[in-house]
Amino acid sequence: MKRVKRRYLALQIDIDGAPSRKEFMDAVWSAVVKLYGEYGASLTSLVLIDYVSEKKTAVIRTSLATLDLVRASLASITCLADRDAAVHVLAVSGTIKALCKTLKLS
Amino acid sequence: MKKTFTDLHFRLNVKDPAATLLMINKVATLGYRLIAVPFAPETREGEVSKLRAICNKAEIDFASRIDLRPRTQDELMHQLRRLRRKFEVVCIVCENKAVARQAAKDRRVDLLNFPLLDFRRRFFDRAEAELASNSLAAFEIDVRTMLVLEGPARIRLLSSLRREVAIAKEFHVPIVVSSGAAEERFLRRPREMAALAFLFGLDEASALKAVTHNPVAIVKRNREKLSSKFVAPGIRVVKEGKDC
Repeated sequence: MKRVKRRYLALQIDIDGAPSRKEFMDAVWSAVVKLYGEYGASLTSLVLIDYVSEKKTAVIRTSLATLDLVRASLASITCLADRDAAVHVLAVSGTIKALCKTLKLS
Repeated sequence: MKKTFTDLHFRLNVKDPAATLLMINKVATLGYRLIAVPFAPETREGEVSKLRAICNKAEIDFASRIDLRPRTQDELMHQLRRLRRKFEVVCIVCENKAVARQAAKDRRVDLLNFPLLDFRRRFFDRAEAELASNSLAAFEIDVRTMLVLEGPARIRLLSSLRREVAIAKEFHVPIVVSSGAAEERFLRRPREMAALAFLFGLDEASALKAVTHNPVAIVKRNREKLSSKFVAPGIRVVKEGKDC
């Protein structure tokens, strides 16, 4: 079986207050489902890897094939936990190690 | 070469300096290097230069823009004659077909914008694209509406944008993706704007071009034309004096 290529995305959440892990993932899933439906969302293999509530940063993993789809969905988020919000992609990488390296450099 | 990320439709309330400064700093942190802010036709030069100074402080290049909403072709011509040389970017919001056709033909028009919510007044069809391809006008898309709308309205908007983008590509009409944002929550990084452009059928390269190369080319061309050294396209004064 062919190995599934993945991409890790480092995210910055632009919001007043600190949303919980669940609130954040609910907003991400809701954006993906709204734009691509349940079938589209099932293709993304979206997983939350890390979430730092104080810093409002997160790392998520998705499959390479649906990277554009996930990026568009993240950009379409305007509301998180009933508050105005935006989710910005800080970096994208193929491994967590490289992602950390890119973030440190920037 | 480093890309100059551009937002040609950044709506600011110039009368609120604190909010303006906050928004400009935010735009700078998001990675934009050039922004265009729409002004009212009767805006004084002082207001424009004040905003230019704020942008310079934030290390952002600034371009003045005017959005015209003429109701007839004559009104369009009159407004263009009066205002073209005062602003660096001229955008026509086409509210009827006659104006849309005239705007697409006119070489003084930089951007063609259509009401995003009224689908019957989106006149960017093949005829419009053909006229635009022979002039210098680019097709502008504001992503703000896409972020505001939900459900059937967004589905309809995406479907018409996808059709229009395909037409623009076929006739080689440049596409410009702008934020149209007046609030902080609608501001997106340039690459996120490109990601949103994926929703209406722009591939990564074209989407990045729509936030870098295409808008920069418009501003560069107009700055050259507005400069005192400009004579005609491709001809400019290099040196003046008795020893020439």
